[in-house]
Amino acid sequence: MIDQDQMKTAVKRTSMTDYLSPLVRNIPPSGIRKFFDLVSGSKDIISLGVGEPDFVTPWHVREAAVQSLERGRTTYTPNAGLPELREAIAEYLFNEFNVKYEPKNEVMVTIGGSEAIDLALRALIAPGDEVLIPEPCYVSYSPIAAITGGVPVGIETFAKDKFKLTADALRARLTPRSKVLILCYPNNPTGGIMEYEDLLPIAKLVEEHDLIVISDEIYAELTYGQKHVSIASLPGMKDRTILVSGFSKAFAMTGWRLGYACGHPDLIYAMLKIHQYTVMCAPVMSQIAAYEALKHGLEEKDRMVESYNQRRRLIVKGFREIGLDCHEPQGAFYAFPSIQRTGLSSEQFCERLLYEAKVAAVPGHVFGLGGEGFIRCSYATSVSQLTEALERIDRFLRKLGV
Amino acid sequence: MDELKLKLLELLKEDARRSPELLATMLDQPEERIRQAIRELEEDHIIVKYATVVNWSKTTDEKVTALIEVQITPERGRGFDAIAERIYLHPQVKSVYLMSGAYDLLVEVEGKNLKEVASFVSEKLSPIDRVLSTKTHFILKKYKQDGIIFEDREDDHRLQVSP
Repeated sequence: MIDQDQMKTAVKRTSMTDYLSPLVRNIPPSGIRKFFDLVSGSKDIISLGVGEPDFVTPWHVREAAVQSLERGRTTYTPNAGLPELREAIAEYLFNEFNVKYEPKNEVMVTIGGSEAIDLALRALIAPGDEVLIPEPCYVSYSPIAAITGGVPVGIETFAKDKFKLTADALRARLTPRSKVLILCYPNNPTGGIMEYEDLLPIAKLVEEHDLIVISDEIYAELTYGQKHVSIASLPGMKDRTILVSGFSKAFAMTGWRLGYACGHPDLIYAMLKIHQYTVMCAPVMSQIAAYEALKHGLEEKDRMVESYNQRRRLIVKGFREIGLDCHEPQGAFYAFPSIQRTGLSSEQFCERLLYEAKVAAVPGHVFGLGGEGFIRCSYATSVSQLTEALERIDRFLRKLGV
Repeated sequence: MDELKLKLLELLKEDARRSPELLATMLDQPEERIRQAIRELEEDHIIVKYATVVNWSKTTDEKVTALIEVQITPERGRGFDAIAERIYLHPQVKSVYLMSGAYDLLVEVEGKNLKEVASFVSEKLSPIDRVLSTKTHFILKKYKQDGIIFEDREDDHRLQVSP
């Protein structure tokens, strides 16, 4: 038994942060946030740091939401999302990526792909479980894994492999506590993709080691030259994969916060339990807009993809011409050139580029292992801005004398 | 027409000042092929002209523009074309379209002021033999032309850096 005095010392807290859960307190602040603060004061800059489309949501999609509001569609929807939207998502995934899900119990609509990732990790991870994360990658997997009590295990990927995950690299990080593998392809920030032959040996390891894959396929539609392959479409992988995607990137709907998760009914059921207690459902007007996007927005989506591809060629060629090595990004809307020959760290490079050349890019180290020495440049910006940014970077490199 | 030419037209329609070099990169084609295609488009009069879209209302110029619905009786053998030609040869006429529906030609006329347009209609247009009637509509404000919105708009609401 603890006496009163002991209890008092045990809970003595000297600052507000002492009240925080250690799991939250120990999350490192996002490196991207720090850079955002630097940029937000600056004027006349061209930003290649934006992680979202430069298209506004197509008008017919916005109009569908406006009309739904006029008709008074302002209520909750079923927890898993509007049935017609879930059906449309299942149909779309089957047509586009050859993965078949039952809309009734294998598809749920979430508040962005972000919520789906959070739900999947919370549903799967018990304290001490290891979460394998190929890096560089989108910044949120590792912190969310850590909040759930899991142990994030980064797996470095390399430019020489086009930033693909290799079976050898994965095998080297497997332990008896490994439980979840997160895949993010097409990849933010590298633009790397995983093709069928790349996924096969990964799928084999996943089966052998009894892992679950959380496959973040938010950029699935944005591939150039070859169609995206979902790991869920490989033999035996559907039940082992939680496919996460959404409308933000391909349909230019970031602010609507609308995503979805698909997977085995038992997993989706577990995620749905958390979802119903935490958020109830995704906003109804966003769901209606997403339904419109799937029903009538595919042509517009293809036009946007074509436009990204044109700008992708422009920026990659531009970087190579001014002397920055740049692997060919085959997906998403990022180029990830190497700045190693400047001798600067990616953070130093980006800070100086911002102050001296008025171009914002995101230093690669914020995306985890293997990111140092690279910078992420989004080409979701106008052709004239891209051309001007390349000229500014060129002048900056000359000034550095490299 | 091949797909390359259609894509070229779309890109040049967005910005006519794009160089063959830039277009070659964007479309992943050799520059010479792009130059050749543009040459052909120009020779075939598919690319008619590289003009500038001007928002005149922001200048001190006070010109007025009217859209005029014109009803005509077509000429035997030459249909509407001969009369259309007699109309479009006037430099004040900026565009002429043959229309389906309640009238035949839609004529866009520009003048220094209201009076000038009015006298064009009464002295030049109406007296043409086969013109049966005209209906003049003055343009008060141009919001959008050729897919280009005229109003100054802050289009990029994005955060400058996001993950």
